[in-house]
Amino acid sequence: MGPIDPVQVQAELDARHGLDLYVHLETTTGSYTALGPEKRPPVIAFIRNATVRYERALVTGEGPYRVGLKLDGGWVYAQGLTDFTVNERGELLLAGHDPEGNLRVALQLSQRPFRE
Amino acid sequence: MPILPPPPERIDHLIEGMTLFDPGAESGLLVVLPHPDDESFSSGGTMALASDAGVRVTYLCGTYGDMGRRMGSPFFATRESMRDVRERELADACAVLGARYELLGMRDRMVEFEDPREVAERVRAAIERLAPSTVITFYPGHAVHPDHDAMGLATQLAVESLEGPKPQLLAVAVGDREQLRAKLGPQQVAVDIRSVRQRKLDALRAHRSQTELMFLRWEQQREEDEQTRAFREEMLTVERFYRLNGVPVRPPG
Ligand SMILES: [Zn+2]
Repeated sequence: MGPIDPVQVQAELDARHGLDLYVHLETTTGSYTALGPEKRPPVIAFIRNATVRYERALVTGEGPYRVGLKLDGGWVYAQGLTDFTVNERGELLLAGHDPEGNLRVALQLSQRPFRE
Repeated sequence: MPILPPPPERIDHLIEGMTLFDPGAESGLLVVLPHPDDESFSSGGTMALASDAGVRVTYLCGTYGDMGRRMGSPFFATRESMRDVRERELADACAVLGARYELLGMRDRMVEFEDPREVAERVRAAIERLAPSTVITFYPGHAVHPDHDAMGLATQLAVESLEGPKPQLLAVAVGDREQLRAKLGPQQVAVDIRSVRQRKLDALRAHRSQTELMFLRWEQQREEDEQTRAFREEMLTVERFYRLNGVPVRPPG
């Protein structure tokens, strides 16, 4: 993982255009926020190994970045992305982290299912 | 090393008439919790004491902890490598505690959505194979995290369903001590872990992805409010358990 280079990320998105892809989309505050000083309930959502195909994909913003995927009949969207990598399995991993290195948002695309 | 106060000289005032648990009198200890690190936080001292006494100690861990969110700064994990990172951490922690570990391989955060009877069946198979004299799990409904509650429930169901002699079932409740006491009364069993304080710390430290920030705050004494100090001191002094045998099973919801 390293800071998002929007040119590189756009190239990775373009390379996956029109392919059948597995998506992992997640946002999280962490599980233990209710024990913190502000006693806020945790907010967590994720979807893993849903399948998508996009006709248009863009990375926008000046950092943190936004990514939108226009699907045939729908959308995938993530805001607050700061870092990316393509891992050894060829999966495109985009994530937003806070200054302590905690994940806040993730958008990941893979041609094979992510490990269950 | 963290700046820690020395252990208290006496724990009598901390245990208030609870039965002191003798790990050396056990013929096998099985800890059943959902996440890598739950074992060290809740019962690391008990596990180390039992292992030192020659008791076979096994940690049956429900998930890979693969939804952990601390990726590090600089990064040591991604969402996809988190499970490998946490399994390595678990192996290191269990080596410190003298325990073996087995993984049930469920998805982190998804335990409560599995069929409790199916999870219970898998826990029961492990109990039958390992024949522990004591099983430790979370107190269902009183463990804060939904995975904790679900794993506790499955373990309670597993022990209930055993034919023949059942192991002692001890449960860890999480949360504010006074609130827990109001709801459940005092814990019945206590383990004095002062002699293995450093081992528990080392095991916690092995779970770096989960505890690095906590240790940093301790070392910098940035969180020296009374509650944090009391939590830390308690965690490194005594491990307390409710006895769950005979407590009616309450399905979730
Ligand atoms: Zn846990």
